[in-house]
Amino acid sequence: MTHVAWLLPALPAFAAVIGLFFGGRMFGGPAVPAVIGTGGAFVVSLLVLGAVEGSPGKVREDVVQWTPIGGRMLHVGTRVDGLVAVVAVMVCVVALLVQVYSTAYMADDPRYSVYAAEVSLFTAAMLLVVVASSLFELLVGWELMGLCSYLLIGHYWQTEGARAAAVKAFVTTRAGDAAFLVGIIVLGVHAGSFDIDRVLTAPGHQTVLTVGVLLLLAGVVGKSAQFPLHVWLPDAMAGPTPISALIHAATMVAAGIFVVARLYPLFLAAPVALTVLGIIACITMLGAALVALVEDDLKRVLAWSTVSQLAYMSAGLAMRGWTASVYHLLTHAAFKALLFLAAGSVLRTVGTNLMSQMGGLRRAMPVTFVTALVGAAALAGLPPFAGGFSKDAILDAARERGGPLGTAVYVVGLLTVVVTAAYVTRLVVRTFLGDYRGAADAGAGVEPRPRLHESPLVMTVPLVVLAVAAVGLGLPALPHSWGVASWLDPPVGTTVMHVGAGGVALSTALVVLAAAGVYALYRRDAAADPLAVLGPVRRPLAAAFGVDAFYDRALVRPLRAFAGVVLRVDDGGLDATVEGSGLAATGLGGGLRRLQNGNVQAYASAMVIAVVAVVVGVSLAVAR
Amino acid sequence: MSNIWLPLLIGLPALGAVLLGAARVPARAARYVGVAVAAATFAVAAAVAGRFDYSAGGRPQDVVNAKWLPAIDVRFHLGVDGISLPLVLLTALLVLLCVATIEDRLMIAVVLLLEVGMLGTFVALDLVLFFVFFEVVLIPMYVLIAVWGGPRRRPAATKFILFTLLGSALMLVGFFVLYAATGTFDMTQLARAHGRGIAAGTQLLAGTLMLVGFGVKSPMWPLHTWLPDAHTEAPTVGSVLLAGVLLKMGTYGFVRIVVPDLPSAAHDLAPVLGCLAVVGIVWACLACLALARGEHADLKRLIAFSSVGHMGFVLLGIATLTSAGIQGALIGNVAHGVITGLLFFLVGGVKDRFHTSDVTELGGGLLAKLPALGGLLLVASIASLGLPGLAGFWGEMLSLLGAYSPASGLSRPLFLTLMGIGAAGTLLTAVYFLAMLRRVDFGVVVDRWRGERIADVAAVDLVAWTPLVVLAVGIGVWPGLVLRVSESAVRGLLG
Repeated sequence: MTHVAWLLPALPAFAAVIGLFFGGRMFGGPAVPAVIGTGGAFVVSLLVLGAVEGSPGKVREDVVQWTPIGGRMLHVGTRVDGLVAVVAVMVCVVALLVQVYSTAYMADDPRYSVYAAEVSLFTAAMLLVVVASSLFELLVGWELMGLCSYLLIGHYWQTEGARAAAVKAFVTTRAGDAAFLVGIIVLGVHAGSFDIDRVLTAPGHQTVLTVGVLLLLAGVVGKSAQFPLHVWLPDAMAGPTPISALIHAATMVAAGIFVVARLYPLFLAAPVALTVLGIIACITMLGAALVALVEDDLKRVLAWSTVSQLAYMSAGLAMRGWTASVYHLLTHAAFKALLFLAAGSVLRTVGTNLMSQMGGLRRAMPVTFVTALVGAAALAGLPPFAGGFSKDAILDAARERGGPLGTAVYVVGLLTVVVTAAYVTRLVVRTFLGDYRGAADAGAGVEPRPRLHESPLVMTVPLVVLAVAAVGLGLPALPHSWGVASWLDPPVGTTVMHVGAGGVALSTALVVLAAAGVYALYRRDAAADPLAVLGPVRRPLAAAFGVDAFYDRALVRPLRAFAGVVLRVDDGGLDATVEGSGLAATGLGGGLRRLQNGNVQAYASAMVIAVVAVVVGVSLAVAR
Repeated sequence: MSNIWLPLLIGLPALGAVLLGAARVPARAARYVGVAVAAATFAVAAAVAGRFDYSAGGRPQDVVNAKWLPAIDVRFHLGVDGISLPLVLLTALLVLLCVATIEDRLMIAVVLLLEVGMLGTFVALDLVLFFVFFEVVLIPMYVLIAVWGGPRRRPAATKFILFTLLGSALMLVGFFVLYAATGTFDMTQLARAHGRGIAAGTQLLAGTLMLVGFGVKSPMWPLHTWLPDAHTEAPTVGSVLLAGVLLKMGTYGFVRIVVPDLPSAAHDLAPVLGCLAVVGIVWACLACLALARGEHADLKRLIAFSSVGHMGFVLLGIATLTSAGIQGALIGNVAHGVITGLLFFLVGGVKDRFHTSDVTELGGGLLAKLPALGGLLLVASIASLGLPGLAGFWGEMLSLLGAYSPASGLSRPLFLTLMGIGAAGTLLTAVYFLAMLRRVDFGVVVDRWRGERIADVAAVDLVAWTPLVVLAVGIGVWPGLVLRVSESAVRGLLG
C-alpha cells in the first residue's frame, strides 16, 4: 500500500486549494474540505503504517524523474520506512484534531476559510518533508512550512505583535535555511545525487561530510528552535492557539528533529556534528526551562517548554539514542498538542494569556482541567504518563554514552527535570487552583468579568483523545519487543532504547520534590506567584538572557544602518560616478554640463554620433 | 524563404505597429486590433514551440538564412533553440498581457514595435541583426517612459537611453572585434568554433566590451543606476516589459554570444562577473531594505531594485560557466520575467486605485482593504523571495549549485565565497520583501483610505495576472518545463 504515500501531502494540499477558493461557498463551509482532506490523509497514513509494519525493515521507494539540473536528474517521489509511517500518523492525528478543534475555536473569525486552508497547506508541507525521497523535495516542504508558519503566526495581522512575530519566525528560520540549502548542495554534489537513498549510502569524505552535515544542522537548529535560533518560537505565540498546537507538536519544530532522524547515518558519519548538537541541546534544554519559570503568559510558558523539550530530543540524537528521541517526539506531540489546545480552551474563556489574571478555573472547566493535568504530568515526566518514559530513555542513552558530553547531557537533563517540574506545577496552580483573579483588575473598568464556562464538545473531545494518547503512549516503552522501538526501523549504530527502573525512580523523585516545593510555596500565599521567591534572579530570566536584545544591537540595527548608507550612496555618489565616467568614456566629457541641462534630442543625437564614431574608430583600429 | 514561422513571428507585430501607428482608428477598435495582433503573435510562438524538436534542443530550428548585406557578409539569419524558445514564449505572453490592459492606440503601437525588437533579439543568429533588433527596442521603450511616464519621466528616459546606447555601442564594438578576428557575423558558426583561432588578447578585448554592453542591460552592478529611475517613472506596461524582457536581453547576450564564442575571455572575466553579481545581490537587498523601511519610498522603485538582486543571481550562474549555473541563469530569467512582471502589474494596480505607490501614503492594510489584490501581492512577493516550490527558487538554487563546483580553471575558493554571499542574499531578499509586506499588505487601513470606496481586482485584471500566477506556481512545481528544453542547448554552449 505504500505506493499511495504520495496522497499524504497531496490530499491536504488539494483541500487547501479547494478550501481557499470555494470554502466560503460550499455546504458546511471551509471546515468541510479542511477536515475531509486531513482525515483522508489520516486514513492513508494508517494504510501506509499497516503496510510497513507488515514487513518491517524494508524501505519502499516510488520515484519519478523531476527535472534535469545541469547534467544531473532530480527525482521526486516517496520513500517510506517505519520512521516515516509512524511520524506520518502522528502528524495526521494532531492536524486532524487541530482542524476539528478550530471549527469551534475560530468559528467567529472573519478569515476562517483562509486560516483553514493554510492549516491544510501546513499539514501537506510537513507530510511532504516526511515522505520526500529527495533532498530538494524535502526542502520544498521544509520552506513551505516556513511560509505557512509566517502566515498563521501573522493571522491576526491587524496587531503589531502578530506582524512582528510572523516576520521574525520566517527570517530566523530562513537564516538557518540558507545554510540548509548550501548543505544540501554540498552533500548532493558529494554523493552525485540528491536522492536521499544515494546521499545516505555515498562513501564519506570526512571533511566534506562534516561541513555538509553542520550546514544541515543550522537549518535544523532554526526549524526546531534551538539555541541560538530559538528566538522566534516564544514570539510565535501571537498566532491563534490551535496553530501553536500544530507548530509545536506535529509540524515545523518537529520537522527539524525528524530530518536529523531521517538522515541519521550522515550524522553518525560526522561525529563533530553530533557533538555540536549535544552542546546546543544542553544550553537550550536548561536555558529555555529556566525562562519558563518566570513567564506570566501561559502560552509563552508552553513555548519555552517546547524549546526545552526539543532540546531533549536533540540531546538524545546526539547521544545515539535515536529511538528514544523519536519516541520523545511522539509523546511530546501528544502532550504538547494537548496542553496547547487546553490553553486555547482556557484563553477563549478568560480572554487573556496572563496567568496572573487566571486561577481557580478547575471548577468552571473540569474537562479542560483534568486533561491539562494529564498533559502537565506528561510534560513534567511523571510515569506512567508518556513523557516520563521517553525522557528517561534519553537520559539513559546519555548515561550509557558516557564521556564528558554524555555526562554533561545527563546532569543537565536531570537539572532540567527539576526545573520542568517546577514551571509545570506553577502553571497548573496559577491557572486552575486557588481563586479566580481576573475580576480583581477589572476594577479599573476595562473589561467586565467574563462568564467562565467549559468549552464546547468539538474542543473538549480532541482534548480527551490527546489525553488518552498522552497516557497510552507511555505503555510501548515497557516491553521492548513491541511498540515504538520495533516499528521505527532504527538505523544501524544507534543505541537500543532502554528505560531503567533506577532512572525512572530518580527522575520521579526529582519531579515530586520540585512539584511539592512549588506547591508548598503556593500554599503559603495562594494569590501570589509561587516562584516570586526567585527574587533578583527573575530579571535575566524574564529577559530570556538578553539574546533578543543582543541580536537587535549586533545584527538588526547595524544592518538597517548599513542599508540606509547603501541607498544614499546609490542615489548620490554611485549614480553620479557612473554617469560621469560613462560620458567621459565616450569622449563627451567636455560637453557634460551643457548636455545634462540641454534637451533630450541634443543629448540623444550626440550619443548616436559618439556611438558611430567609436564604432568606426575601433573597427578600423582592429581591422588594421 | 523556406520557413515562414520566425519571419511571421516578427512580421506580425511589426505590421500591427505600423497599422495602429498610421491609421487613426478609434481607441476601442485599436484595442481589438492590438489584442488580435498580440494574440496571433503568441499563437505563432506557441506553434513554434509545438513544432520544436525537443530531442534536438541544441540545434537552431525553424531557421531562415537569407542574404542581407553581402558586402560584409551580414545575413538575415533567424532560428530558435532550447535557450531562446522559453524567452520567445515569455516575451509573446507578456506583450499579449500588456496589450490587453492598454487603452491608448499609439501606446499599443509602440508596445508592438517593442515586441519586434525583443523577439528579434532572441531569434537573431547574426551579430549585426542581433544588434539591430537590440537597438530597435530602445526607441519604443524610451517613448513609453518619456511620453506615458510619471512626473519625472524626462530625466529618467534620458538616463535610460544614455546608458543603454552607451552599452550597445560598446557591445557593437565588441562584435566588430570578433568579426575582425574571424571574418564572420554568423552566430552559429562562431559558437561552433568555440573561439578557436581567436587570440586570447583579442577575446579579452571583445569580451570586456560585451561585458560592459550586456552588463548595462542586465543590469550588472554598478551599471544599474538607470534602472530604478526608469522603472519608477515608466508606465505599468513599460515596467513589466522592462523587467520581464529587456533585462533578459543582456543576460541572454552573455549566454548566447560571450560564453560560446569567446570561451577564453569568458574564463578570464568570470571572476569579475561573479564578484559584481554578488555585490549586486547584496547591494540591491540592502537598498530594498532601506526603501521598505524608509519614508516616502516608491514601491516601483523597490521592485526595480529587487530586479538588480535577482539578475545578480542570473549573472552569478553565468559566471560559473557550468551547465548548472547557465541553466540557472535561463530559468532565473524566465522566473524573474514572470514574477517581477506580475509584481509590476500588481503595483500598477495599486497605483491605479490609490493614485500613489508611495509606501508611506499607502499606509498599510492592503489585505484588509482589497483582499484579492493584497493576496496577489503576497503571493507574488513570496514567489519573488525564492520560496522553493515557486519559480524563483530554481534559478537561485542552480546558480549556487554552479558556484559550488565552478568550471575547471576558475578559482574554487573564490566561487565558494560567492556562493556563501549569494546564500546570504537569499536571506536578505526575504528580509526586505517581508518588511515591505508588513508595511503595505498587513496592518490597519489608515484613515485616509478608510472611507474611500476602492474596487478590488476586476475581471480584466485577472485576465492579465492569472497566467503569470499559474506560471510562477507551474514552473516552480515542475521546473522541467524550462530546464528540459534548455538542457542540451546549454551543454552545446560549453563545448
